[in-house]
Amino acid sequence: MKQRPFEQRYAADWRAFAATLDRLERRKPDRNAAPLSMAEFPAAYRRLCQQLSIARARCYSGPLLDRLNQLALRAHQQLYQAPRRRGRAALDFLLADFPRRVRADARLFWLCAALFYLPLLGMGLAVHQSPELIYSLLSPETVAEIEENYAPGQEAVDRAAAADLAMFGYYIHNNIGIGFRTFAGGVLLGVGAAFMLVFNGVFIGAVSGYLTARGYIETFYTFVAGHGAFELTGIVLAGVAGLKLGWAVAAPGRLGRAEALRRAAAEGVRLIIGVAALLVLAAFIEAFWSSNRAIPAAAKYAVGGAGWLLVIAYLGWAGRRAP
Amino acid sequence: MSSPVLLDTIRRVETPEGITLNLRVAGPVARALAWGMDSLIRYGALWGLSMGLAVLGWGGFGIWLIALFLIEWFYPVAFEMYADGATPGKKALGLQVVLVNGAPVDWPAALIRNLLRAVDFLPVFYGFGVVAMLISRDFQRLGDLAAGTMVIYRDPPVKPLALPPGPALPPPLALSTAEQQWLIAFAERGPVLNPERQEELAALLADCTSGLQGVAAVERLRAHARWLVGEHP
Repeated sequence: MKQRPFEQRYAADWRAFAATLDRLERRKPDRNAAPLSMAEFPAAYRRLCQQLSIARARCYSGPLLDRLNQLALRAHQQLYQAPRRRGRAALDFLLADFPRRVRADARLFWLCAALFYLPLLGMGLAVHQSPELIYSLLSPETVAEIEENYAPGQEAVDRAAAADLAMFGYYIHNNIGIGFRTFAGGVLLGVGAAFMLVFNGVFIGAVSGYLTARGYIETFYTFVAGHGAFELTGIVLAGVAGLKLGWAVAAPGRLGRAEALRRAAAEGVRLIIGVAALLVLAAFIEAFWSSNRAIPAAAKYAVGGAGWLLVIAYLGWAGRRAP
Repeated sequence: MSSPVLLDTIRRVETPEGITLNLRVAGPVARALAWGMDSLIRYGALWGLSMGLAVLGWGGFGIWLIALFLIEWFYPVAFEMYADGATPGKKALGLQVVLVNGAPVDWPAALIRNLLRAVDFLPVFYGFGVVAMLISRDFQRLGDLAAGTMVIYRDPPVKPLALPPGPALPPPLALSTAEQQWLIAFAERGPVLNPERQEELAALLADCTSGLQGVAAVERLRAHARWLVGEHP
């Protein structure tokens, strides 16, 4: 069959098919008004695929092949798009899926915990012994600023609600941004993620050790107690997500490197969503609870301890039983 | 486009129906332009927000920082998910993000490719990203490689081309399949070539035009093309 009779024979089919695609591609797909019913659509798509193959095999002209290729691509994108999941899936993820994924990567979790907490403890003890060590890390101005923030005897000075909101925005932007960068940095053979873990450990350790040595114990520890569990765990888990990428690139096992990276990223991105949720919670507590100096120290320590128990119970046991 | 040669950046994707779809992959320049446009939109929006929120004082600054965070990380994710795989900048340049199998991008892929942007940006101005694009087959930056995505051209709708009506004549000599295709392509592209160029090209095919000159030669070639696509005399 020559090209023109071929085109004439199927022209009506192609017009109906294109009109159906137009309806489906709208923001709100209009399935009822489409010329083809949804039951007929897949069969019509397979017929189109066959016609495209025939047209290619018979070397019909370029514009016809382009037109059929485009119709086939649009239909392919309609048929093979991922289903949209909402609400319920998000809840399932937070209550069960996320802690399960963390437990599945338990060894990587402990590795990241060591990469973060060992430098933290080491630097904390070292700076506690000889406080001048902190100047190897921070400028004198920064140290003075930190010292001023936690100096005791400011009970009366309470931040306004607007300032709390400003700090909330700052923690969201800064802390979650650091979490995302830790994940992304993992793709460089894990170096970026490991560096972020060690660097944050050393930094937090140095500040804690210094303020403890200065005797600002109550003002500092009542401040960090509330959100510590969520924020520190969030940092470690961001490291886990990042090192998964690095591990896949460095040691892909039986997969190709690209395929190993794709699979690790698909798992890592789900961890990083959980991390973002933890860090939002931490930012909220840090901005609106930790900063409130009217709350007695005992209450703050109690809430801080409860936070740790909650995080441990959540990551250790949530989602163990099938729903 | 339909008969790719090695020079073209065409990615062939095989579908479960056993056909191949041809996708035109977009290179670094088009993507950089789209990125530039998106940056203007983003920073414009942030500037506008900062004007509006300034009246709220410190609290407004907090809201602005949250907006900064969301626009910095989730502006492309939201558009790629809910606006046919294209941010406004990509849409303006006719680009679209798809999975490597040609299907629309899903949320994990959109999130991965945009979080890993932080590494593609290193060490300066998308250094790693550009190197990865030049090395990989389908111009994928690190984020695309990890997410399994690529950026393609969304072709404008193809209008069915019709040869101008007229007589159909069999060619005077046997033509190979490729020669027949060239002749048909010449006739179909008539509307985009100026008459002088058409006559110039027709003059090269003296064997086919039986010594006709100028417009008459072009008309003769069209008649042969009509016959080849199966129009009746």
